[in-house]
Amino acid sequence: MNLMRPSNILRAAATFGALLASTAVLANPVPWQMNLTPGVTDESHAIYTLHMAAFWVCVAIGVVVFGAMIIAMFRFRKSRGAVAETWSHNTKLEFFWTLIPVLILVGLATPATIMVRHMYDSTASDMTIKVTGYQWKWRYDYVSYEGKQVNKVGYMSKLAADSNRIRQLDSGLDPGSVSDHGFKDYLLDVDKPLVIPAGLKVRFVVTGGDVIHGFWIPPFGIKKDAIPGIINDVWVKVDKPGIYRGQCHVLCGQDHGFMPIVVNVLPKAQFESWLAAQESKAALDKAAHTAQAASAAPIVAQH
Amino acid sequence: MAHDAALMHDEHHHEAPEGFFHRWVMSTNHKDIGTLYLIFSLTMFFVGGAFAMGIRAELFKPGMQLMQPYFFNELTTMHALVMIFGAIMPAFVGLANWMVPIMIGAPDMALPRMNNLSFWILPFAFCLLLSTFFMPGGAPAAGWTMYPPLVLQGGDAIAFMIFAIHLMGISSIMGAINIIATILNMRAPGMDLLKMPLFCWSWLITAFLLLAVMPVLAGAVTMLLTDKFFGTSFFNVGGGGDPVLYQHVFWFFGHPEVYIMILPAFGLISEIIPTFARKPIFGYKAMVYAIACIAFLSFIVWAHHMFTVGLPIGSELFFMYATMLIAVPTGVKVFNWVTTMWRGSMTFETPMLWAIAFVVLFTIGGFSGVMMALVPADFQYNQTYFIVAHFHYVLVTGAAFAIIGSVYYWLPKWTGNMYSEFWGKVHFWNSAIWVNVLFFPQHFLGLAGMPRRIPDYNVAFADFNMVSSIGGFLFGASQLIFVGVVIHCAFFSKKRAPARVWEGARGLEWTLSSPPPHHSFSTPPVIDDSVLAHGDVLH
Amino acid sequence: MSQQGTYYIPHGSRWPIIAAIGLFLFMIGAANWLNGNVGAGHVIIAIGALTIIGMMIGWFGSVIHESLRGTFNSQVDVSFRMGMMWFIFSEVMFFGAFFGALFYTRMFTIPILGGEGSGALTNQFLWSGFAPAWPTNGPAHVGGPFGVMPPWGIPLVNTLLLLTSSVTVTIAHHALRANHRGRLLLFLALTVMLGAGFLYMQGHEYYEAYTNLNLTLHSGIYGSTFFLLTGFHGLHVTLGTIMLTIIWLRCVRGHFNREHHFGFEAVAWYWHFVDVVWLCLFLFVYVL
Ligand code: HEA
Ligand code: HEA
Ligand code: CUA
Ligand SMILES: [Cu+2]
Repeated sequence: MNLMRPSNILRAAATFGALLASTAVLANPVPWQMNLTPGVTDESHAIYTLHMAAFWVCVAIGVVVFGAMIIAMFRFRKSRGAVAETWSHNTKLEFFWTLIPVLILVGLATPATIMVRHMYDSTASDMTIKVTGYQWKWRYDYVSYEGKQVNKVGYMSKLAADSNRIRQLDSGLDPGSVSDHGFKDYLLDVDKPLVIPAGLKVRFVVTGGDVIHGFWIPPFGIKKDAIPGIINDVWVKVDKPGIYRGQCHVLCGQDHGFMPIVVNVLPKAQFESWLAAQESKAALDKAAHTAQAASAAPIVAQH
Repeated sequence: MAHDAALMHDEHHHEAPEGFFHRWVMSTNHKDIGTLYLIFSLTMFFVGGAFAMGIRAELFKPGMQLMQPYFFNELTTMHALVMIFGAIMPAFVGLANWMVPIMIGAPDMALPRMNNLSFWILPFAFCLLLSTFFMPGGAPAAGWTMYPPLVLQGGDAIAFMIFAIHLMGISSIMGAINIIATILNMRAPGMDLLKMPLFCWSWLITAFLLLAVMPVLAGAVTMLLTDKFFGTSFFNVGGGGDPVLYQHVFWFFGHPEVYIMILPAFGLISEIIPTFARKPIFGYKAMVYAIACIAFLSFIVWAHHMFTVGLPIGSELFFMYATMLIAVPTGVKVFNWVTTMWRGSMTFETPMLWAIAFVVLFTIGGFSGVMMALVPADFQYNQTYFIVAHFHYVLVTGAAFAIIGSVYYWLPKWTGNMYSEFWGKVHFWNSAIWVNVLFFPQHFLGLAGMPRRIPDYNVAFADFNMVSSIGGFLFGASQLIFVGVVIHCAFFSKKRAPARVWEGARGLEWTLSSPPPHHSFSTPPVIDDSVLAHGDVLH
Repeated sequence: MSQQGTYYIPHGSRWPIIAAIGLFLFMIGAANWLNGNVGAGHVIIAIGALTIIGMMIGWFGSVIHESLRGTFNSQVDVSFRMGMMWFIFSEVMFFGAFFGALFYTRMFTIPILGGEGSGALTNQFLWSGFAPAWPTNGPAHVGGPFGVMPPWGIPLVNTLLLLTSSVTVTIAHHALRANHRGRLLLFLALTVMLGAGFLYMQGHEYYEAYTNLNLTLHSGIYGSTFFLLTGFHGLHVTLGTIMLTIIWLRCVRGHFNREHHFGFEAVAWYWHFVDVVWLCLFLFVYVL
């Protein structure tokens, strides 16, 4: 095990280099990927650094502890004529190996504390989107944008049809066959992605419609449980436009594995025109709807 | 004949009562009951393992090949429940039954009949639990954590699962009471608490953990029951309840529970290593205090399972600090084990190999634990395969390895025959290699973004899942060797075991013949500190 | 540590396996009943319950006989005491779970739903207009409007009943120690009656709650915590009363003497535990 670790690190580092190569890859998992994605937000970068720091601390301690064991196993074996000592305590030693871990842990906890405070601060956000998890799809309702209410922009987002066909039991179809811009997006693709603007602080208010779901987007480094009856909030600020993918992370029933999250980050201007389009569309739908209802009314009355 | 008078009412108390029913079903003998526990535990290990094989087979490659997603969730849930409550915990109780009375110079457990009841409840509890597979709506499928509201969507299975858990709780509580009474009340004169073997210490403290948290689990599932069947609103926000309340109650049980599954393992390792290093355990007292310290801390870290449910920032930080703190006493134990080996005179019989593998692999599991304790990092790890890797390192290469190692350690004492060292080593090396092929890649899968509890995944996760599955099948198959070794040792081995099976072994258990007499001690033995492992309290 | 030179080990017994089977049947029955096959459920529950009762009579019977024959040395006695003590401790933890639920919902959930503390968004987006208060049946008013038990009526009476009962049981204990058989029987009988009185009053209280106050298990979180806490306590009082009755009979039979009466003490401990739990209930469920 301990021997395996260093080689892992090399391989991990190599894959990681490949990861950094292109942003497209940055957002998505790649075959043989061994390490956390650094992601595309300041927060996800910070998490990545903390993760690596903790990892190297563990490697270091591992090398010391396992190293000592290996030496002991070679030097102090009966077959090599080793004679057992009888001592069984050493106060100084015990003091130090209690103290040193404490110091190491303080060293890890301090940056972690600062980060948590930062990530918990969702004030001064530029827009708010309500995210609701249902069995087994997501609903996105646009609440407000730059201080103004958004009226009636909201829609369901569920697993893309092709992935859904392939994932049926014994469908005989090849999961590797679906792809988007060269990324094989089996089970990580939806019919209607969540759209957010680049460069703005977007606040998600997350809740569950039936059971607990989980709103997780690894490249953003955000993860919050979607609990029915409770609102949790979490925010992101993504500077790099692009397609980013996540999944529901809390077991929510039979199709828990099949309710991915896809976020389309658009440049601000593009986003605004998209939002405007959605709003007018919503308005039209409403008009059409009421008209329809009116015409339908008398017929209903007859029954 | 004074003590014969004392051992009254037992027509033939010097040897086992004849008659299968009388000996095994009506037993009041700690060794026989211990054997029953161990056999039951091995059976359940295979049952839970078979479920795990189902899981690994479905995850062998992307796409759904073998089962419907819901059935996959049933397997995941039952795998965990069977392994935790059926394999690991009964194994520890079985070992305690066999060894604790012998180690402290007692004739038997303090409450022998209740001891028998504690065991016999288990097979029935698992009949209830496993029968749910054949019910409308299938087995429970909401994970072993049974979170509402999801778990309440289950079919007929839910009531049976909850009652099964009640029964397991009753069994564990009685078992814990018995062990406490035995250790506090049945020690032979001169066997001071601080001369007890560390295995007894670890179990004494574990027993208190059990008493404190099993009733809380019973309460939690009882609330599930009333929410489902009697219209209460504990976990329904509309009625003023809260699903998060369940998670708090469950994890107040759940976290101490995971230490219930490791503390006795610490005790076992602390028995094996000094024996084969031929050197007294390093820092005996520190080991005792470390266990007590871990046990205490385990009550104030539960919310580290809930970092993403939206706790107030204050709680997030408190539980992060408390959780990280546990690394310190655990570290003390690891360092003490390593230092016990240092300047010893080591040989590497099978039990020692398992113990060494335990120290290394458990520590690796601990490392991933500390990483997950860092709240921001856990936002990425939470509910991914990184966690699955974490807890299998601490549970399989931790708890299970310690159990298997100690079975090899005491098997000659129990049966009076030596096991086959060769096949024992074959079993060890296969397990040690394949278990890492099985679980180490799961770290990568988790970090790359694969959530747990899913039956199918994106093609990017395909390669490591296949590796993991192959490792899983081979690790599983390796366990068949274990059964072979045990059966051979018990019934066919020609090589008799001496009283002191291992050259470096100290402690009362080695002063008795192998196998020990039906009633270990009929009169309190006179304790000679020099035969004890920790006779000199100063050390 | 063993005071006597020798150990005592009971012979094998068939009661444990019978107990296990009884529990098993009872649970199967209960599960079937809950899942809707009521008929079968009832029958199996009945069989299970009878098995358990029979087992208890048989098991305790044999233990009593052994203790009368003086087979238990003082070490066994200590084991029994530890057993009872730690059993009561586990009971405390069981109640702890439900008190925990009460405290958590009162101190965290309800304020959050009402928009206090970290709950601003929850209230604004999901439960706007819900004002935190206690008692409550939640923002959805599950179970409709309901009234609550005034603490200074039946609950106060019950408190006094239980408090006196633990006084009487203590007097009985002293009487036993002092070999005052008459006083022992009298005060033990009184204790039993007080327990029975408590149960009667609680039955009355539940009737009130269901018929006049519309306070039921369905009354949201208040009804849930109220009935599970008081209900489980009531069960324990019932059990305690039965045990006290048996102890009374055993006293009539003269089973106990001034130094040898563990059975009595065990039940007395249990009774005090039930009493303490009630005091917490009275305070946190009724008064506050
Ligand atoms: C035997 C069981 C066992 C044990 C012993 C542990 C030990 C630890 N566990 Fe683990 N854990 C589980 C079983 C166990 N765990 C299970 C089953 C789950 C999942 C439950 C579920 O969701 O289904 C889980 C989940 C889990 C989580 C939740 C993750 C999440 O859901 O997001 C966390 C987070 O903090 C955690 C942390 C820890 C820590 C810090 C330890 C520590 O005790 C580890 C301490 C040990 C060491 C650190 C190694 C030795 C120490 C040294 C060599 C000293 C120097 C080291 C340092 C200074 C770092 N565990
Ligand atoms: C308590 C101890 C314990 C033990 C010992 C194990 C042992 C194993 N576990 Fe498990 N596991 C858990 C506790 C444990 N697990 C828990 C708590 C969870 C979380 C559940 C949840 O999410 O709710 C979990 C979840 C879990 C998952 C994640 C499921 C999911 O998230 O969907 C996986 C996947 O690989 C897994 C695999 C295994 C494997 C391969 C083994 C192997 O070690 C098993 C090896 C043993 C055998 C295989 C049996 C012996 C051999 C045979 C039966 C012969 C036939 C087999 C062959 C011929 C190959 N376990
Ligand atoms: Cu939705 Cu998992
Ligand atoms: Cu934990």
